[in-house]
Parts: sequence; C-alpha cells; structure tokens
Amino acid sequence: MFKVEKVNMSYGDLQVLWDVSFHVNEGEIVVLVGANGAGKSSVLKTISGLQQVSSGLIEYNGEDITKTDPAQIIKKGIVHVPEARRLFNEMTVEENLIMGSLHGEAKIKRKETMEKCYDLFPRLLERRKQAAGTLSGGEQQMVAVARGIMSLPKLLMLDEPSLGLAPVLVQDIFDIIKGIRKQGITVLLVEQNVQTTLRFCDRAYVLENGKITLDGTGKELLNNEHVREAYLGI
Amino acid sequence: MDIFLQSLVSGLLIGGLYAIIGIGMTLIMGVLKIINLAHGQILMVAMYITWVLWNFLGIDPYLSIFITIPLVFVFAEGLSKYLLHPLIEKDSILPENQVLMTVGIGMVLVELARSIFTSDYRSIQTSYTEKSLYIGKISLSFPLVIAFIIAIFLTIGLFYLLSKTDLGRSIRATSQDKFSATLMGISAGKITILTYGLGSALDAAAGSLLLPVYYLYPDVGPLFTVKAFVITILGGLGSTVGAIAGGLVLGIAETFGATYISSGYRDATGLVIFLIVLVFFPGGLKRFTKV
Ligand SMILES: Nc1ncnc2c1ncn2[C@@H]1O[C@H](COP(=O)(O)OP(=O)(O)OP(=O)(O)O)[C@@H](O)[C@H]1O
Ligand SMILES: [Mg+2]
Repeated sequence: MFKVEKVNMSYGDLQVLWDVSFHVNEGEIVVLVGANGAGKSSVLKTISGLQQVSSGLIEYNGEDITKTDPAQIIKKGIVHVPEARRLFNEMTVEENLIMGSLHGEAKIKRKETMEKCYDLFPRLLERRKQAAGTLSGGEQQMVAVARGIMSLPKLLMLDEPSLGLAPVLVQDIFDIIKGIRKQGITVLLVEQNVQTTLRFCDRAYVLENGKITLDGTGKELLNNEHVREAYLGI
Repeated sequence: MDIFLQSLVSGLLIGGLYAIIGIGMTLIMGVLKIINLAHGQILMVAMYITWVLWNFLGIDPYLSIFITIPLVFVFAEGLSKYLLHPLIEKDSILPENQVLMTVGIGMVLVELARSIFTSDYRSIQTSYTEKSLYIGKISLSFPLVIAFIIAIFLTIGLFYLLSKTDLGRSIRATSQDKFSATLMGISAGKITILTYGLGSALDAAAGSLLLPVYYLYPDVGPLFTVKAFVITILGGLGSTVGAIAGGLVLGIAETFGATYISSGYRDATGLVIFLIVLVFFPGGLKRFTKV
C-alpha cells in the first residue's frame, strides 16, 4: 500500500536520512523505533511533504508522491499527527478538530466525524469549548489524535503519541490505536516505548543514525539480541 | 461635566476608527510576525483614493469604501507577494529585513503621494460634514457617528470571518503555529499574503471613513503608522480584542489632551499615554482584556 525506497534527506548540509526503505501493508500497525535523534520524526516529515527528499521514492497505492505538497498528501488520506502535539493553543478543542477537516471529503463529513471523535474521547466533548492550550497533557494528546482522525486518514502516522503520559494513559492511547486500526485505518507509529509497542504492533523497523538497521515482526525484534540490549536494557 | 462627557464621547467615536486600524496591524503582526511600518501610509493611500473619487467623480466617501477596500486589498497583496514574501522564503534573511522593507514601502508611498498631490492640506466638504447630532447637551459629529457605526460593522464582520469560517480559522491557525497549520494542508504562504491584504483593507476602510473629518497630506502616513503602533502596543501585541481597547483608549486620551491641555497636544497626549503604558503595564492592556 505504502512504500518508501532509498530515501535520503538533509536539513541544509546535514544529512539525517540515509537510504531509508520500508513499507506498510494495508491494515497493519507498523512501528519505527530508534533512539533520540535517530531521524524518526524526520521520516514522517519527509512523507508528509514538510521536507523534500534529496533522492529516493515515496509511493502510495502505486502512485509516486515523493514531491507532493502537504495539502495534497493530507487529501490523499496520509495524515501526520506531529510530535509534541502541536495543537493550536488559543483555539478551542472543537476548533482544533475542525482544523483537521479543511479539505475535500473530510470537510463534507466534518460533523459526522466530529461526533465519532467525541464517542472515542468523551472527555473532549466535555471540554470542547476550552482552549486547547489549557488542557492537561493527556487531553492534549487526545485532541491531537482526534484532529488526525478528522482528516479521515487511510494511513495515520503518529509521532510519539505516548510522550509524557502516565503509564495508565499510555495503555489507553495504545488501545485507541488498536481501535483505529479496527476501523480499517493503517497505522505508522513512531515510539520510544519500545517494549509496549513491539508487543502490539505487526511489524517494526529500527532506525539508527538515519539508517534502517533491523526489521521484523514485533515478536522477532523483542527477541533480538541487539534490540534487547540497546532498547530494552536487558 | 458636560465638557468631560463631550470629550469622552468624541474620543470614543474616533477610537472606533483607531480600533480598526489597530486590528489590521494586529492581524498582520500575528501572521507575518512583523510590525508593519507602512500601515499609516497605506491608510494615506486609501484617503487619497477617497479624495480623488469625491473630487473628480463625486462619489460619497462612505460609499467609496466599496472601492477603496478591494483596491487597497489587491494593492497590499501585491506588496506582500512581490516585496515582503520573497524575503521570508530566504532562511538567511532575518524578519527584521521585512520590517525594513515596510519602512521602505512607506517612504516610497509618501514621496509618491507628494509628487502627485503635493504637500498641500486637503479636506472634503460634504453636505453633512458640519452636521451634528445632539444627545442632551452633548453634540456628536454626524460624519464620525456614521464612521463609528460602519467601523462596528466591519469589526463584527471581521470577527465573524476569523471565528466562524475555515479561512478565518486558517489565518488564526497560521499565526499560532505555522508548522502545524502546514500539516493541516493550509498553505502558509497564501495565508500570509492574504493576511497582509486583509489587514491593509481594514486600514483602507478607516482611511475612507476618516477623510470627512480629517485633513489629508502625505505625512498623514507616518503619523498614522505611529498611531497604529501605539494602539497595537496598548492592545498587548497580537490580540485583536486588545487592539479594540487600545484604539478606544488612544482616541479618548487624544481627545482629553486636546480638550484639557491644548488642541495642539492632541497627538502628543497619545504618545504620553503610550509611554505610561510601556512603563507601568509592559504587557499592554491585554492584562485587562484577557483575550
Ligand atoms: N529542522 C531541523 N533543522 C536541522 N536539523 C534538524 C531539524 N530537525 C531535526 N534535525 C536533526 O535531525 C536529526 C534527526 O532528528 P529527528 O527529529 O528526526 O529525530 P527523532 O528520531 O525523531 O528523535 P526524537 O526521538 O528525539 O524525537 C537530529 O540530529 C536533529 O538534530
Ligand atoms: Mg522525534
């Protein structure tokens, strides 16, 4: 369904992605794990068109989307929920959700999708008139995910959705991601919570210094010597 | 007491116009992250357009907003697209350079106006220029009342645009987080250019509305840039509701200065208020408006 092939990407002179290749099949949950600064967020930014590749190919449903701009990417159903939430802090929860549905189909179905989001996160319904910047970290994360859902994603890319959340909430977020997949949405997840994520994902890739060094099913990687040593501290 | 009320009301009326000037400046500041030092000059351009329309075509200054608003909007979009925006695209160029560009635009506009219209003072004489309405002993200048009402409608329209339409929300989103706005599929570049046009269009409306009650000469431009700057600082930099408060406060302060000190001190009082606010409330009036 989706594939990245030999992508190189630089910020100015600083190359951060080196021949990165991976793919995501329809309906899968695929994770990208790696240390801080490995380039995980950069991969997502490159896919969503915020950064241009210096070489390589990004393909979605057989179509080359390497040089497509962010507005077109989101219309195709590839939706990026960025690291650290990046909500519109002075807007209400509801307005933040609306911002996820500016284009095409998502705009037409705005009301309907919003109700679904409130079903998924009843808490947000209570707070819908509150400024997003005044929500707790967990609530903000819910808004970020809900805003992503508002774009009617076919491929949802989540960048560290569990960042800064208490363990109970982390479990909630992962349950929600599973729920999202059940609705037929494919998920590409970036995570530092290696153990939990590897246990529930379908497949995973390990990114180190901008290169993919390992890949396999979650189970395989959980049992991998290197992963155990470097990421699980066992 | 009557004089006090009279000044207060007159100040409020002129403050309504200052408010839309301030809102325009604030919008531009929010999205472009710059202080638009050509703001007053753009207002001056609108005043000259209005003057020409009245003098040569007999078009009423209030009706002329239907011409000045779109005309200045397109003109300002051009400035933004071809002069300001190219500077943002280059990472190496600091935002200060855009501010310098607005200074340059301002100077060119003033000198152009001087060469076309000379430095002569102009004003227009309509059938209602001298008319007044009376509430008890207080007299209200008829043209200012009309201008105030139109300013209120424009403000309501703008707030509707900003809070209830996708375009308006995209403008606010871009001013709050450009990166995130881009991820939502908003073209930050288009919004930036459009916002400069929109802020200038409000400014233009104020120019047309001011002409019946104000003298016009090229240096009105820099004078109003200073006023716009003061209003925005009073409003707490970047808050539209604050800009309304700032506009009203400046209008009232100026009128009191003119009444109680000397009419020659009208503009100076505004600056004194400005200094007082800077010293005692560095965050502007935002503290009181909380928006
Ligand atoms: N806008 C930028 N300009 C220059 N360098 C950048 C930029 N963004 C990221 N980098 C650099 O690129 C490298 C990869 O960053 P990236 O954010 O992709 O890492 P990450 O794997 O997401 O890390 P983390 O787990 O800390 O989020 C880092 O060395 C970082 O300093
Ligand atoms: Mg990251």
